[in-house]
Amino acid sequence: METILSPEKKELICIGCPLGCNVAVELEDGQITAITGNTCPRGADYVRKELTDPKRIVTSLVRVKGGELAVVPVKTVSDIPKGQVMDCIRELKAVELNAPVSMGDVAVKNVCGTGVDVVVTANVEKGTSCIEE
Amino acid sequence: MGSACKVHGWVERMRVDLVIIGGGPAGLAAAIAAREAGIENLVILERDARLGGILNQCIHNGFGLHTFKEELTGPEYAGRYIEKVREMKIPYRLDTIVIDLGETQEDCADHGEEAGRVNGESGGRRSAAEGVREQSRGGRARKLVTAMSRKDGLYTIEAEAVILAMGCRERPRGALNIPGYRPAGIYSAGTAQRYVNMEGRMPGREVVILGSGDIGLIMARRMTLEGAKVKLVAELMPYSGGLKRNIVQCLDDYGIPLRLRTTVVNIKGKERVEAVVVAKVDENSRPIPGTEEEIPCDTLLLSCGLIPENELSGKLGLAMNPATNGPLVNESLETGVPGVFACGNVLHVHDLVDYVSEEAAQAGRKAASYLQGNLPKPQEEIPVRVGKGVRYTVPGAVDVRRMGETQLIRFRVDNVYRDKNLEVCLNGKPVSSRRKRMLAPGEMEQVVLRKADLEGVLDLREISLQIVD
Ligand SMILES: Cc1cc2nc3c(=O)[nH]c(=O)nc-3n(C[C@H](O)[C@H](O)[C@H](O)COP(=O)(O)OP(=O)(O)OC[C@H]3O[C@@H](n4cnc5c(N)ncnc54)[C@H](O)[C@@H]3O)c2cc1C
Ligand code: SF4
Repeated sequence: METILSPEKKELICIGCPLGCNVAVELEDGQITAITGNTCPRGADYVRKELTDPKRIVTSLVRVKGGELAVVPVKTVSDIPKGQVMDCIRELKAVELNAPVSMGDVAVKNVCGTGVDVVVTANVEKGTSCIEE
Repeated sequence: MGSACKVHGWVERMRVDLVIIGGGPAGLAAAIAAREAGIENLVILERDARLGGILNQCIHNGFGLHTFKEELTGPEYAGRYIEKVREMKIPYRLDTIVIDLGETQEDCADHGEEAGRVNGESGGRRSAAEGVREQSRGGRARKLVTAMSRKDGLYTIEAEAVILAMGCRERPRGALNIPGYRPAGIYSAGTAQRYVNMEGRMPGREVVILGSGDIGLIMARRMTLEGAKVKLVAELMPYSGGLKRNIVQCLDDYGIPLRLRTTVVNIKGKERVEAVVVAKVDENSRPIPGTEEEIPCDTLLLSCGLIPENELSGKLGLAMNPATNGPLVNESLETGVPGVFACGNVLHVHDLVDYVSEEAAQAGRKAASYLQGNLPKPQEEIPVRVGKGVRYTVPGAVDVRRMGETQLIRFRVDNVYRDKNLEVCLNGKPVSSRRKRMLAPGEMEQVVLRKADLEGVLDLREISLQIVD
């Protein structure tokens, strides 16, 4: 969570551990000048990354043709910029794989130009899914 | 073995050393550990069409950080164990539901003296200690596991030992007590998760979620990514039961509001949900009149907690822990019936699967020791009592002779505590104290007991945990 207190001050909850410290950050011209409220150094690292380069691993589903299940779960191999999460989801909606698919198969190469591949995270054998579309 | 045998009945029974009920992460880890400890003749029974349990529908990442030092999704985490089970050629039967659990009652020529009449007071509740006393009278009772599958019909397996690994299920919505009609569009969060993640179906487009446990939070993000509008997550308590990480990454990332001390007081719509009415609650969780707000939506997801799946444990007459809804177990994760062990969510609800696997591996090793005659009968079980601030502990009793050099006690606290001490007492006297910056009911905690400490106390009668200033 990012609470904007003034253009130069923000507050974030660190997710590094259950303590969940409220970490306050002071900025000048977009540069971090002070970090307070964190109990340990991990809190500082976390807010620095969240403010300058927030990233997320994306998990979702893609459709499968001719499989025992109609969909298969996928994930980005590493985290991608937070701002591109929705674009990534949109790109995945257009994908359809053919059964069988196995864990680790690449579903999309270089998703949204991030340089990160999307891989399948479960096995789906050939068969008929019991879901009629 | 013939039809005249009362124990065997008319059918020839399959006989195994160890039956594991449930093929989720707990059952898989237990099976692997038992095989590694030398148990050859074992079988996993799973009612679903695939191994992996609830993890198959948990497609988000965040599993296995402790065990594998990487963030896996649910199916990937399960996949590692399934692969190992296949590699080790551990037999498993899918689409097979266990419907009854009992013990051998009567002797027959084939069983000889060994199958003494053990379950004397049938239906009675027995503590671990009582069970053991009975065991020392008779021989070792075999367990009768009755299973059913479309392929094989109804059959009974006779086992020397059983590991319960049936996981948990969601609290039914009837228990929620929301007045109004029961229109379509109300789902438990886990059911919705299954629809979306395994069947690729969307339960609705405009969603309100009641309960901020992890499943509710995860589903808020999932439904948003699938194109739904999640309008609100309402939480009765003044704090969320979910992980901080999930609040930040599942709600805040998508601007989904979380309202604490809020509940659903009415559901509108006859055929299909059209709106829900939420209201603030007071300290006693009663809705405050005048704070009602109507929120249009077509779907209400209920994420109101999990309860261990213990119908089978009831059939064996196991003594249960009312705080966990799981069976009472001793340091070896052995229930009140000798040779019956429990692990994973059927024992107590876990939030981290890593701890499920760890606990289950211990159950597997202990079951192996039992089968190999290396687990001495419990003689003196020292109860582990809950003191101030502690809701439950697992195990609930420790036999010092049977424990290892150290013994892990897992527990949960009953409220949010900051800067308190966790104290371990022996016979009421504090023996160790650890400063805790933060304790919350949503996070399972653990403390290690040392055998030397326990042995050092003359006439040890009780171990207890408490939270003090
Ligand atoms: C929605 C959700 C999200 C979660 N998110 C995380 C997370 O992000 N990170 C994390 O570390 N942990 C997470 N967990 C926790 C973790 O997944 C569970 O603690 C773990 O799956 C429990 O394992 P289990 O084997 O005890 O139970 P389960 O996985 O439920 O497996 C029990 C198995 O037993 C079978 N069974 C039950 N009764 C019978 C019967 N009578 N006969 C035959 N078979 C039977 C069931 O079909 C099932 O396959 C999450 C859990 C849920 C529900
Ligand atoms: S700053 Fe350190 S102590 Fe505070 S939440 Fe983050 S990791 Fe935990």
